[in-house]
Amino acid sequence: MQGWFFVIILVLTACALFYIGRSRAVATVGGDPTVLHSKPGFHGAFVMICGMVPAVLLFFTWLLFSRYLTSAYVTAQLGADFANLATIEQNALIRNMRSFADRTDLSALSQLEAEAVEHYRAFVGRAALILQIVIGVLVVAGGWFAMRAIHQELRARQFVEKTVMSVLIAASGVAILTTLGIVLSLIFESVNFFQKVNFLDFLFGTHWSPQSAFEGVGEEATDRNSEVFGAIPVFAGTLLITAIAILVAAPIGLMSAIYLSDYASPKVRATAKPIMEILAGIPTVVYGFFAALTVAPFFRNTGEAIGISVSSESALAAGLVMGIMIIPFVSSLSDDVINSVPQSLRDGSAGLGATKSETIRRVILPAALPGIVSALMLAISRAIGETMIVVMAAGLSANMTVNPLEAVTTVTVQIVTLLVGDQEFDSAKTLAAFALGLVLFCVTLLLNVIALRVIKKYREQYD
Amino acid sequence: MTDLTGGNVEQASIHTSEGARQRLAKRYRGESVFKWLGRSAIGVSVAFLLLLLSTVVFQGIPAFTFNFVSLPFELTEEKLGLDNSETSLRRANFDAVVRDGIRDQFPTVTGRSEKRALSGILSSGASVYLRQQVLDNPALVGSDDTRLEVPISDFADLYLKGQITSDYRIQGQGALRVDRTDNGLRLIADEPVFADALARAKEALRDQAASLRAQQSGLQLSLNKTRGDIKALQERIPAETNANVKNRLEAELERYQSDITVLEARIKQIEEQTKKIDSRVANPGLGEDLTGEMMSVLVYIDDAVLKAQKVTNTTANVEEFMPIDADVTNVAADQWYIRVLEVPESNRKFTDQEIVWTDELVERGYVRSGLNTIFFTRGASREPEMAGVLGAAVGSALTLIVTLLLSFPLGVAAAIYLEEFAPKNRWTTLIEVNINNLAAVPSIVFGLLGLAVFLNYFELDRSAPYVGGMVLALMTLPTIIIASRAALRAVPPSIREAALGIGASRLQTVVHHVLPLAMPGILTGTIIGMAQALGETAPLLMIGMVAFVVDIPMGFSDPATVLPVQIFMWADFPEPAFQQRTSAAIMVLLGFLITMNALAVVLRKRFERRW
Amino acid sequence: MSVEANLAATAAKAPAANASKVKMSGNGVNVFYGEKQALFDVDLNIYENQVISLIGPSGCGKSTFLRCLNRMNDTIDVCKVTGKIVLDEDDIYDKNIDVVELRARVGMVFQKPNPFPKSIYENVAYGPRIHGMTRTKDELDDLVTSSLRRAGLWEEVKDRLDQPGTGLSGGQQQRLCIARAIATQPEVLLMDEPCSALDPIATAIIEELIDELRANFTIVIVTHSMQQAARVSQKTAFFHLGKLIEEGPTDQIFTNPINKKTQDYITGRIG
Repeated sequence: MQGWFFVIILVLTACALFYIGRSRAVATVGGDPTVLHSKPGFHGAFVMICGMVPAVLLFFTWLLFSRYLTSAYVTAQLGADFANLATIEQNALIRNMRSFADRTDLSALSQLEAEAVEHYRAFVGRAALILQIVIGVLVVAGGWFAMRAIHQELRARQFVEKTVMSVLIAASGVAILTTLGIVLSLIFESVNFFQKVNFLDFLFGTHWSPQSAFEGVGEEATDRNSEVFGAIPVFAGTLLITAIAILVAAPIGLMSAIYLSDYASPKVRATAKPIMEILAGIPTVVYGFFAALTVAPFFRNTGEAIGISVSSESALAAGLVMGIMIIPFVSSLSDDVINSVPQSLRDGSAGLGATKSETIRRVILPAALPGIVSALMLAISRAIGETMIVVMAAGLSANMTVNPLEAVTTVTVQIVTLLVGDQEFDSAKTLAAFALGLVLFCVTLLLNVIALRVIKKYREQYD
Repeated sequence: MTDLTGGNVEQASIHTSEGARQRLAKRYRGESVFKWLGRSAIGVSVAFLLLLLSTVVFQGIPAFTFNFVSLPFELTEEKLGLDNSETSLRRANFDAVVRDGIRDQFPTVTGRSEKRALSGILSSGASVYLRQQVLDNPALVGSDDTRLEVPISDFADLYLKGQITSDYRIQGQGALRVDRTDNGLRLIADEPVFADALARAKEALRDQAASLRAQQSGLQLSLNKTRGDIKALQERIPAETNANVKNRLEAELERYQSDITVLEARIKQIEEQTKKIDSRVANPGLGEDLTGEMMSVLVYIDDAVLKAQKVTNTTANVEEFMPIDADVTNVAADQWYIRVLEVPESNRKFTDQEIVWTDELVERGYVRSGLNTIFFTRGASREPEMAGVLGAAVGSALTLIVTLLLSFPLGVAAAIYLEEFAPKNRWTTLIEVNINNLAAVPSIVFGLLGLAVFLNYFELDRSAPYVGGMVLALMTLPTIIIASRAALRAVPPSIREAALGIGASRLQTVVHHVLPLAMPGILTGTIIGMAQALGETAPLLMIGMVAFVVDIPMGFSDPATVLPVQIFMWADFPEPAFQQRTSAAIMVLLGFLITMNALAVVLRKRFERRW
Repeated sequence: MSVEANLAATAAKAPAANASKVKMSGNGVNVFYGEKQALFDVDLNIYENQVISLIGPSGCGKSTFLRCLNRMNDTIDVCKVTGKIVLDEDDIYDKNIDVVELRARVGMVFQKPNPFPKSIYENVAYGPRIHGMTRTKDELDDLVTSSLRRAGLWEEVKDRLDQPGTGLSGGQQQRLCIARAIATQPEVLLMDEPCSALDPIATAIIEELIDELRANFTIVIVTHSMQQAARVSQKTAFFHLGKLIEEGPTDQIFTNPINKKTQDYITGRIG
């Protein structure tokens, strides 16, 4: 409620500043706005920007860091009492402190926790007061300064446009910030992980069972720890499922694209394309549900009927459904690629008396090969990063096998299992997920960068 | 000239000769195979889509209806344990009200465990549901036989929908005598009226024997495999030098050895069992106990329901499920019938007794089947019949609002800058490449980002919609930027030149002319991005939106979950009623997605402009 | 080079041409693109071992008629052809005629050189391969070599047969396309403005080539250049607004046209 109140105050202040600036501008030229360099509205916006922007920036900075600052303050106040607690207890204390901050009845809390709440309230109260004062001063000072600057020749429009331009530039910087955030957080946590577990043991170890690495093992039994963090079986499982998915999606997707672009009547195309799009729009969790509850039991029962043992979390079921999921992806990318092969090549081949399929197989596909290969690389990257299908339909235990009827696990499954639930950011178990995430990010990024480059080159060739 | 013409004839024969014709036929066969392959590729996709959707719909449809029981409940203040104050109504003992409400219907049920089973016909959420009704209408307090609706248990609901067992009836084929002994009731007939039931029992025994044999051979296989493993381990252990690994292997060996003992014992046990059953099957006249592994045989005599425990061709030992009048001794052929429940009692979670009770409630007109309002008005629950999607739907809505508020302005601003203003230099190329690659980063990586930065570094709330919205906003940002740029690019330069030509600044040109023209395209892209965000699951798992949230979230920082995550969690519950609700939730989610995409299509069609 | 000089040169060949038999003929050919009619009732005979030029202003239907001759119009959904086009004795629009076989017998060279993104060798070998015309590798090699020789390209590419055909110059590419077409050993060769994308030197080489090819093939060439028509062809047909206005020996069309429109066109008044 307080938040909304604050927002309303901000909006009202902004409107007031705008109005003041506007009327001041009109007043300075004796009521004839046409002699102003910029229209009065720009003067209004000028005053508003000067008054509001610093204040709002300060407010958001506070929002971002307030939680961090409050916990830092409270921990410092509690001193050794707090430092002596285990990490889990420390986290619980902070959590309780926050949730009880607004309540009057503190009887459910321990002595230390109640003390923490007191410190918390004191700090937040003081900080809020200071913040309000500083914001008020900023608004008044900024507004007053801007008011003083208003005169007939003020280039208010340029100022406003420059401000808007900086906002636009900042917005496009968010994408860079996101990438930076991803890279830094993955690298930071991974480096922490590799301080506990040898990098080479992780990358080339063949035994993966992080659940058996208990808390504290990270510091104590390093060799045993290294032994349970060998990610090769996880990578192998990912590759197996990805391979199955691509074996399903590549031929079906490619043939669909060929059929739709070169054979299908406009009517068939008009029906089949939306169906492909529906397939692409279904959330992955639905595919996962289908894989786990329909496809996997079907394979297991079929296997049972013919006397083959099929795991109920077989790589085949997960891979097959994932393959179906990326069919539309492969087919739409291939469709683009095939369509960008110039018509003159088709005519040339047809003019020599080639049948359609000969033209496609011997002229179009070879010509489109680079594009198709990069489409498949994008599809592989998509399959490697796909999470929900494998979380729901693939296994948890890391088996090294190429048998698609057995259960294997994947990078994404492991990330989810390691991170869902409560995390301790200093345990090797949690950090391992970030190391896996880093590998996942690097591999998919590499595939994408190469694929996008090849496609770009390929398109340039026919433009 | 003549030899040139001759040359032509020879050339003509190359393409019209018999050989060429044959080759051509072969080429056409290749052509049709290729075409057929293409067609079947499309067919596979379409068939899979239909299979997926029909599975979900068939499984989900039943969850949209539900059976409610309306019983006369005693809502006296004494019963509720009220002491006159309004506030304590919340804490009143509705459990007792519900319990006694159902027990009053079956006064003959006496045993403790029977009584508990009887209460189990109603949902364990019945008291919560009843309390809500009373809180909404406090005037109900004081009445002692108001009929109020409460939800039936999930299995009773499934039974009433015909999903627990199939059944059939056989009209009585001769007169029965009721023989009351110390060991219970026995029905005796002169004709072989129970011959059919007995034959079915023998059949079931034969099946049991067959499945035991299959089980035995399976066990034998794993026994052999384990023996092989042991041998391999025994050879490997002495060669192993690493002490850690050696320890592990030895522990493994020990486990395998104990497995072997267990397996051997089990196989022996099965062998004996099979032998016993075989001998019974061999003797068709011998009476049989009807165990839980066989179909159930119920005998209906007027209001009484008796369950056959042991049958011969002419007699049946029975248990009273609904009591029979003490003075009944002879029953004519047209006064009784047998009802066979095909699914063995041990294979279902709903006992014969519970079936009989439920039937009785239906017969008394207490049960109403209607729209499953609970599903649409409640949050998560451990009880399938009390679980609803509203909580998750509200969570999704809150999350999407945050996503939209962040990603739309940011995405459009970035697109405007990159498309209209950005100079072509290394920096902007970097941003472009970066955006294209960001669009292909696996969604789970965004979850890791959210976890590490938002939760761990900035210490924002776990499970909160605003954090989920922020993560999804970062994820959909590239989609919106790419779509918006395409829309801006589609606006012809002549418009910009016209505006610039009359002295508008570049920003004015964009804001007044280009942006309005590009808006439909931008909105279409945004809706598609939002639909993607609505269906996204993985990154939200990372930031704790997988919490079990009973209450419907009311604000952006309340713990919440979203529809796809709810589906993910429900998919894990084994109860069939949860499976149905999962499918129903998927239908709800798909419904939202279809609406959003339809909106995008309409928008595109409506404002599509060809320059 | 003046038109008259060329006409004098070709006039010498004319009597021999008159003696040839009819290789293809169109009778009452109408072509519709959807609602729009592009060709009106065209009757035209094409004689064996002669070059016939189709001339006329852009959009007059000359290319459309050319594409009817090997049914390349089939690839356009909305295009409909009525009337009769005969190759030797067969109506090529008859149901029993196979379009693949037809195109093998009536080859085509396009306006823009369109070599496949394959090696020079593979480009030329493409037709023989798909039609299964050769049994051994040596036979195929011979066919490729002789086709390249006949297209006058052999000397320029014999050392780099395995390099991509797309790497050649425009004129070379077009000759490669001609080599590719004649490797299939068609009876009739259709050329749709084969020199329009080329420089004058490359054009001259190709024109020379066309004259040589006449010995083995019947050639139909669409051109927008009257000089070219005069230089390479024995017969000329003038199209205007979808109608065949006049046809006859090239020298007659250019020196003594019967129809007023033909005269207007060759003197540059329409077009």
